[in-house]
Amino acid sequence: MDKALQSERMLMHPKYVWEVPVRIYHWANALSIAILSVTGYIIGDPPAIQSASEASYSYWFGTVRYVHFIFAYVFLVNFVFRVYWGFAGNRYANWRNYIPYSKRHWMDMWEITKVDVLQVKCSNNPNLGHNALASFTYFLTFLAFLLQVLTGFGIYAAMSPAWFPQLFAWVPALLGGDLLTREIHHILMWFFILFAMVHVYLVFYHDYIERNGVTSSMIGGWKFQEEGKEEREIELDK
Amino acid sequence: MAKNQKTYYEIAIEKGYSRRDFMKLSAMMAAFLGLESSSIGQVARALETKKRPPVIWLHGQECTCCSESFIRSSHPLVADILLDQISLDYTETLMAPSGYQAEKSLHDTIEAYHGEYILMVEGSIPTKEDGVYCCIGGKTFEEVLHESVDGAKAIVAWGNCASSGCVQAAKPNPTGATPVRKLVKGKPVINVQGCPPIAEVMAGVIVHLLLFGQIPELDRLGRPKAFYSRRVHDTCYRRPNFDAGLFVQSFDDENAKRGYCLYKMGCKGPVTYNACGVTEWNNGTSFPIKSGHPCLGCSEANFWDNGPFYEHLPKFPGFGIESNADKVGLGLSVATGVGIVAHAISTNIRKRKLIQEGECEPEENES
Ligand code: HEM
Ligand code: SF4
Repeated sequence: MDKALQSERMLMHPKYVWEVPVRIYHWANALSIAILSVTGYIIGDPPAIQSASEASYSYWFGTVRYVHFIFAYVFLVNFVFRVYWGFAGNRYANWRNYIPYSKRHWMDMWEITKVDVLQVKCSNNPNLGHNALASFTYFLTFLAFLLQVLTGFGIYAAMSPAWFPQLFAWVPALLGGDLLTREIHHILMWFFILFAMVHVYLVFYHDYIERNGVTSSMIGGWKFQEEGKEEREIELDK
Repeated sequence: MAKNQKTYYEIAIEKGYSRRDFMKLSAMMAAFLGLESSSIGQVARALETKKRPPVIWLHGQECTCCSESFIRSSHPLVADILLDQISLDYTETLMAPSGYQAEKSLHDTIEAYHGEYILMVEGSIPTKEDGVYCCIGGKTFEEVLHESVDGAKAIVAWGNCASSGCVQAAKPNPTGATPVRKLVKGKPVINVQGCPPIAEVMAGVIVHLLLFGQIPELDRLGRPKAFYSRRVHDTCYRRPNFDAGLFVQSFDDENAKRGYCLYKMGCKGPVTYNACGVTEWNNGTSFPIKSGHPCLGCSEANFWDNGPFYEHLPKFPGFGIESNADKVGLGLSVATGVGIVAHAISTNIRKRKLIQEGECEPEENES
């Protein structure tokens, strides 16, 4: 049968899922992580330049670091805001989505693994927001954000006279020195790169097989749900 | 043991130094301690009036480079007064008595000056196999340390060995080498870090103890802030090259000749807290970076394990000595990319019905 005709049989309902603050957070986060990763990579492995110039003519490496530090603050403020929105935002943004404290969350995660990762089962995701496995992964990324902020500001404490980074001076001391702190900071960058690869792929994948408009949902806020399909939510305390 | 304590000034004059020499020393010490010039008088007065405190200087697992560094201090008075003449009621390397008499002199000092002497430890303490890896006069070094700790007014850990174990504590640490701090409970230990520490820094710490009668302000890792609060990187004269992105790429390139920054040659200056860039070594002659060699980070814990010395990124734990975070990360990215492609192909095969018709096979849905 004709494919287009097939699709018409299925009525999709738009549902407003991602509020404006969540969408702004998402893209500000993506942008700052991209910039922090590029500048961070350059800081860790600056390109080889053979030049006969004198140091006084140039400041490009200093500028790369400067951009890194500016976006470090953007990243932090944005992150703090998102944590706040986990309490103030709608049910899809609520913090309870992310922490697998119930048995059902763990069951759902296994379910998703069977359907989408191992592909031994066919079913449609019952959650309209993040699916259980995705929200757990985001929980891990939140932890990584926290670690990145702690290690980043920890090493920054020694190079900044400002009071704020000084609040993190205990981090390198706890880890026994700046070198290990810096290495953890560097390794975490790769966590974000791997995350971004899988994340973007999976968004396309879900859009492709579930036809729920997840890709554009982070722009317009709307997702689509099949008519008659019951939405199953992670219970939120009222 | 007769209590025969002279002041530093008395001994300097006895040794034939002039008052002018003595005042120079005072000024130098005030400068090293970061005091204002108005405090020079205070320093001189302290050296004139305060009785020399007895010092017990123990040697454990070490190479004596701390002592070597100290006696090469730029001002002859420092070594002469603070070390050779004055204190040292007991120190294995330099004391006159040996054998039974040496042990007796240690014992006597501990008894006669209980609560007054300064305990200085050079070297780490082996703790495996009950400490048999370092025995002195029939006792393990750990026992000797514990006997000396109780009556100590202040405890100074010289160098990386005593502060964090240095090379003996590097993996796999066969002797269980342990720094002083981990074995001394309830008493502050001053970690004078470095392999070895800078002579002027060592002298500065001693003068501080003497002058103020209390331990200097320490950073979170137990190092005196006066000397260890700034990174080598922040006091490095090659820093403008760092900010300009001008880096030495290999030890024999043009950039090395021009004196560019050694960051890419593994310089640990950005993660190392020490005074090398300020006081330099051997009477201000030079310091490693000035001689074209990257900083190894010798005043930081575990610097032997944080290699390679000549690369910026440390090796990645568990992936062999050639690995680093970027190599491992790149490998994982490629693996992830392959996984994504495999998953995409599998999706198009296994979920064909779902993709084409928007519905699962009924029987599949049942399971
Ligand atoms: C997604 C977030 C981030 C990523 C991917 C990232 C990545 C990196 C990388 C790879 C390095 C080089 C490390 C090295 O090899 O030495 C670096 C350096 C650094 N990062 Fe980040 N970073 C992030 C966030 C932050 C934050 C929030 C701060 C907080 C201030 C920060 C502060 C620093 C500092 C101070 C350095 C050392 C710069 C220098 O010494 O020149 N970073 N970053
Ligand atoms: S040589 Fe080392 S300490 Fe000096 S600026 Fe370069 S990285 Fe920093």
